[in-house]
Amino acid sequence: MDLSDTPEEEEFRARLREWLAKALPTLPPKPSPEDWPARRAYDLGWQRTLHDAGYGQVHWDASPTTRLIFLEETERAGAPYVGAGFVGLLHAGPTIAAEGTDEQQARWLPPILRGEEAWCQGFSEPDAGSDLASLRTRAWRDGDTYVVSGSKIWTSHAEVADWCELLVRTDPTAVKHRGITWLAMPMSTPGITVRPLRTLAGSAEFAEVFLDEVRVPVANRVGEENDGWRVTMVTLSFERGTAFVGEVVACRRVLGELARTARENGRWDDPVLRRRLGRLNAEFRALWRLTQWNVSEAEQTGGVPGVGGSVFKLRYSHARQELYDAAAEVLGPRSLDLDGPWTLDRLSSLSYTIAAGTSQIQRNIVAERILGLPKGP
Amino acid sequence: MRFRLTGDQRALRDSVRQLLARRFDGEALRAAVAEPGLDRALWRDLGELGFFALRLPEADGGVGLGLPEAVLAFEETGRALLPGPLVATHLAAGTVPGAATGETVVAAVDGELVEWLEEADVVCGVGGDGSVRGDGGAYGADGVPGAPGVAEAVPLRSVDPLTPLHSVSRRRAADPVAVLLTAAEQLGTAGRVCELAVQHARAREQFGRPVGAFQAVKHLCADMLVRTELARAAVYAAAVTAGRADIAAARLLADEAAVRGARDCLQVHGGMGFTWESEVHLHLKRAWVRAQRGGANTESEEVLAGDLLS
Repeated sequence: MDLSDTPEEEEFRARLREWLAKALPTLPPKPSPEDWPARRAYDLGWQRTLHDAGYGQVHWDASPTTRLIFLEETERAGAPYVGAGFVGLLHAGPTIAAEGTDEQQARWLPPILRGEEAWCQGFSEPDAGSDLASLRTRAWRDGDTYVVSGSKIWTSHAEVADWCELLVRTDPTAVKHRGITWLAMPMSTPGITVRPLRTLAGSAEFAEVFLDEVRVPVANRVGEENDGWRVTMVTLSFERGTAFVGEVVACRRVLGELARTARENGRWDDPVLRRRLGRLNAEFRALWRLTQWNVSEAEQTGGVPGVGGSVFKLRYSHARQELYDAAAEVLGPRSLDLDGPWTLDRLSSLSYTIAAGTSQIQRNIVAERILGLPKGP
Repeated sequence: MRFRLTGDQRALRDSVRQLLARRFDGEALRAAVAEPGLDRALWRDLGELGFFALRLPEADGGVGLGLPEAVLAFEETGRALLPGPLVATHLAAGTVPGAATGETVVAAVDGELVEWLEEADVVCGVGGDGSVRGDGGAYGADGVPGAPGVAEAVPLRSVDPLTPLHSVSRRRAADPVAVLLTAAEQLGTAGRVCELAVQHARAREQFGRPVGAFQAVKHLCADMLVRTELARAAVYAAAVTAGRADIAAARLLADEAAVRGARDCLQVHGGMGFTWESEVHLHLKRAWVRAQRGGANTESEEVLAGDLLS
């Protein structure tokens, strides 16, 4: 058991830290959270900056430990997170890298890395959220194209995406996991309607996507026809395994800010609040250690994160909500001000126990796949 | 960073697990409950294996290993529910003659409690510093029988049938290493009760199917594992850094994983879990005893709160 950097890791960290100190002051001002075209430009611009400095591929090529250092250092320095590049960089990209043909990789990966194209995720449907495999969006072959009809929901920043990683049902007669296919759909194709959805945080960060006989080339299929579920499982293990790493570092920073705010406004004198913050410190320290443990394990197994991600996500998503509830206690009435420092974070934290697999689904995964309990009735 | 067990560490853990499986299995556990008392032969076997001398330098006749290895060994004794003042004797190796080899049984004042007072040859920490030699029942600072504190020790009717307890009026600040090794034992318990719950949930049938097929039961088991794995990361990391805040975090999460895990395990066992015959209650009671070591857990929370401002 070793928590110290190897000489190579130490060198990578030092070089990155030095580069960040120079690169961050040149960043344009952060756009308003409501302005998705501006956010897209800002987030993808940062990816371009990273790419030009040789850090663009760190999410894919680097060892898991190096990635961890990258996320730790960028977050610590206050650099932007992947934002609008999330699906491309952390989801579709790794999937295409793992399952795509050489031609597909050459077409889709470089623009993701250079911050030129953004992706969105067309997985969930109104009647297929947690039960993802019951999706109904249909696709049938017409020569060398698929014709797709149906609808998707909870599609983050669909209106500014260039591509959609889309799950469609290509064999309605097969058992539900077997008839699914993974397609890359250009968002400019005729027949696509995007309707933004307003979240309880007041923002329009995701959308419904309606598909009316949308024609997608067969060449855009990643993996075999009707093999999309297996391809998706590869993708989801990435999502669950590594998506939240940078955010744990951010939560630890927020916790420190909360303690200092409490000291300034006198709330620190309340031992109950103080101990609550102390317990959250234990929680986020341990979550960071668990991340380091999972990453070290992933390194041993060849880099693909496993079901350990579900263990992490379960605890993290609840801890994050507790963190912002504690923030509200520190702030008192100011916590009700939408312009207050952590109000929007508190609202958005409510999605963490739902998005990317609800806590209930994650518990089933842990119970069935790790503990080996029988499938439910 | 290579934050995972090395081959040597896995081998050490396995050898402790094998020794305990041989010398302290379920049958031995029940026999110990029926007739409580310290098994001195087993104590010497542990000494021979190097359990007590694990962190002593080789030059002093020890094994020369570190806190991570000690934590792995204590996790195993926690799993096996091995009774005795293991932490106190381990900490006394190198200062109390015979502790390293398991010839001398050492107890210690921790907070306001002493475990195994009457079976111990030596009780540490009576005066708040150093060790003292007892004479089979009378203990005192500087070897003076009847010194304040322990002489007035009041026997409790201990909730844990395998841990005799005395309360003392004098408080003694906790040694951070003792806190960490206790957390390691709690981690062992947390892992074991999760296994017991899963075994039961797979085997026990109700409504024509294993109870583990029902989500309500499944989710109890999943939460047990989540708490255990989070505690494991915290305990192992604290063993590597030996930092004050890391140890405090390890303690809070390991207590939670052990106590709540044992309660959930009891719940999964249903009525069977509430009987004396089931071993679940022994795990829960020991977890309660360990949770009292090292001062109140509010102190650990305060350490971690203070850390946020440092």
